[in-house]
Amino acid sequence: MVAAASGRTHRCHGGRLDMVDYRHVTVPVRGDKFSVQMVEGGSGDGLIFLHGEDGLTEWTPFLDRLAQHFHVYAPAHPGQGGSQGLQHLDDLWDLVIFYEELVQTLGLDRVHIIGQSYGGMLAAELAAYRPEKVGRLVLINPLGLWLSDTPIPDFFIFTPEDRAKALWFDPECDAAKTVFAQPTDPEEKMESNLSRTETLTAVGKFIWPIPDKGLTKRIHRVTMPTLLLWGDSNAMLPIKYAEAFQNLLPNSSLKLIEKAGHLAQDEKPGEAVDAILPFLKG
Amino acid sequence: MKLSMFHLMPYQDLPEDFEKQHRSAWVDLPNENFNPELGRQYYSDYLDELEHADTLGFDGVCVNEHHSNAYGLMPSPNIMAATLARNTKNAALIVLGNSLSLYQPPIRVAEEMAMMDIMSGGRLVAGFPVGTSMDTTFSYGQVPAQLRERHTEAHDLIIKAWTERKPFIFNGKYNKLRYVNIWPRPLQQPHPPVWVPGSGSLETWDWVLDRNYVYCYLSYFGYQRGHRVVKGFWERAAERGVDDNPHRLGFLQLVCVSETDESAQQEYEEHVKYFYQKMLRIYAPFAESPGYRSIHSIRESIRPQLGQETMKTAADLNWKDFVDQGHIIAGSPATVRDKMEEAVKLLRVGHLMVLLHIGTMPKELTMKNMDLFSKEVMPGLKNIYQEYDDPWWPQPVGEHTAATAAD
Repeated sequence: MVAAASGRTHRCHGGRLDMVDYRHVTVPVRGDKFSVQMVEGGSGDGLIFLHGEDGLTEWTPFLDRLAQHFHVYAPAHPGQGGSQGLQHLDDLWDLVIFYEELVQTLGLDRVHIIGQSYGGMLAAELAAYRPEKVGRLVLINPLGLWLSDTPIPDFFIFTPEDRAKALWFDPECDAAKTVFAQPTDPEEKMESNLSRTETLTAVGKFIWPIPDKGLTKRIHRVTMPTLLLWGDSNAMLPIKYAEAFQNLLPNSSLKLIEKAGHLAQDEKPGEAVDAILPFLKG
Repeated sequence: MKLSMFHLMPYQDLPEDFEKQHRSAWVDLPNENFNPELGRQYYSDYLDELEHADTLGFDGVCVNEHHSNAYGLMPSPNIMAATLARNTKNAALIVLGNSLSLYQPPIRVAEEMAMMDIMSGGRLVAGFPVGTSMDTTFSYGQVPAQLRERHTEAHDLIIKAWTERKPFIFNGKYNKLRYVNIWPRPLQQPHPPVWVPGSGSLETWDWVLDRNYVYCYLSYFGYQRGHRVVKGFWERAAERGVDDNPHRLGFLQLVCVSETDESAQQEYEEHVKYFYQKMLRIYAPFAESPGYRSIHSIRESIRPQLGQETMKTAADLNWKDFVDQGHIIAGSPATVRDKMEEAVKLLRVGHLMVLLHIGTMPKELTMKNMDLFSKEVMPGLKNIYQEYDDPWWPQPVGEHTAATAAD
């Protein structure tokens, strides 16, 4: 059950078109233990988007396009973007069960899940835990595996410059400028940095210092059709990781997004949605 | 008041162009830069210096724990304190301390500290730091978001292990122990005094005040800057109805004594620069992993500086800056005595720790610094705050234990 619409609707996104009505809602889970900040919009089958460690919890052009075909739910992870209740979660097991309860709370018997990076890892874990709940799964540049000969860079210590290089094919693209637009007001700038720290704190609680929590032991349960979407210029997760996922997921296919980095769905929302729609509707 | 000699035991042989080649003296400075032969000499010199401090009448000697760095070569301060337990007679052994969350289970700390306390005849001060971000979350891979909770749980377990006289069950969140029953147990009763180093957060002040421990502010930016933090500590103590006994506070000060103010600069400048330019070179993201401090604490520490000119980094300072800003107290015995007295009164500090070996100082110069400090400066300071009790100082069991050790 969804409660308490916040009334913040139709925020403008750098002049881009918002086609779909969406709203910010607060969803209580497990009584008053958790309150989840979520943007939702559109109509159709349920689709959950789990964001990555770059913490985009706003309505993006990517979500907007998906919402023209699905009812999209994009929750902020506990401890991030205003979602409360991180103190009740000690490890990944707790977190996966929390997400199962969120799906239940939303009244969804079966749902498509899209996850990017850290969110992709969580999507895969949830799908492994309750495969019957997940219709189709889309993993965009997901974390979750570790290849010793190709270590994933330590994104917890990225400077803004490191981050820009890792996340984008073109650090000057529109999405990059929107996402990384640093406020000039010192107070706002401080709050923006603190929000970033809060996000990494919450992510780190589950995957510090190496984002490998044993998904390989559980991934065989991910039997639903799965689409792996990969930015062809992903400096953070090289294509070898896509191949490793493919080897572990017999029911998967891989699609590369050209001229896109780790945040492929934001750098190339049109191409990403064009790849995802036929898959989800297929 | 009590005056103790602190030693960091730094690595002295970093190349001239270290700053150009490496982003940090901590966490990821390759250990190909460490020469074990030199290391052997350093350990020997440094232990000689601390043993000498005991004969000169310093109240205590201080060692601490750091990992994967050139700044301080003591991943295990307990090993240093163990050898000092045998080779010193009177000085308190201030182990400042063991980063509790790194020991799993933390009864290891309870056991080793009990050993040191017994071996030294009850001269141990037990330091319980959280540990730096570099040490704990990077070098030892601890989850930043859980670090403080682990620290508190480890503390509770250690104190209980020291004070219970029957085996007990400890069912913590991070430590599950069916049989806690440490052998040996400490000599001091109910347990060695506890000192907690902190960096100025409100949470730590409250934690320390609630438990009636000593709060230690270890900064390298001297008494003038340190005063801003320490003032907050005393205000917080007053707010919570805690008395203002100066022995509730420990403070670290860098000190260089010579015959004259001029000769102090000639003798010490290069070593001080090595310390600030090389030892304190920390890649910024290592200094604060996400979750190491609460968002609230970070906001409170940043807000006062908003819109202000950024502070000149220590690496850009010259001798005059170091002295004028009080980062170091340096000069003739008279100069140092005056400034030390000013610092002690300004801070209201009853446990002053002085860093008399700095950076690349050779043994002879360190010994000279120690001799001048103990003969010319210390006597004038010892009487300050003598009207206050010091229940946070070791209560040794008497000469017989030390005598046995010397047999």
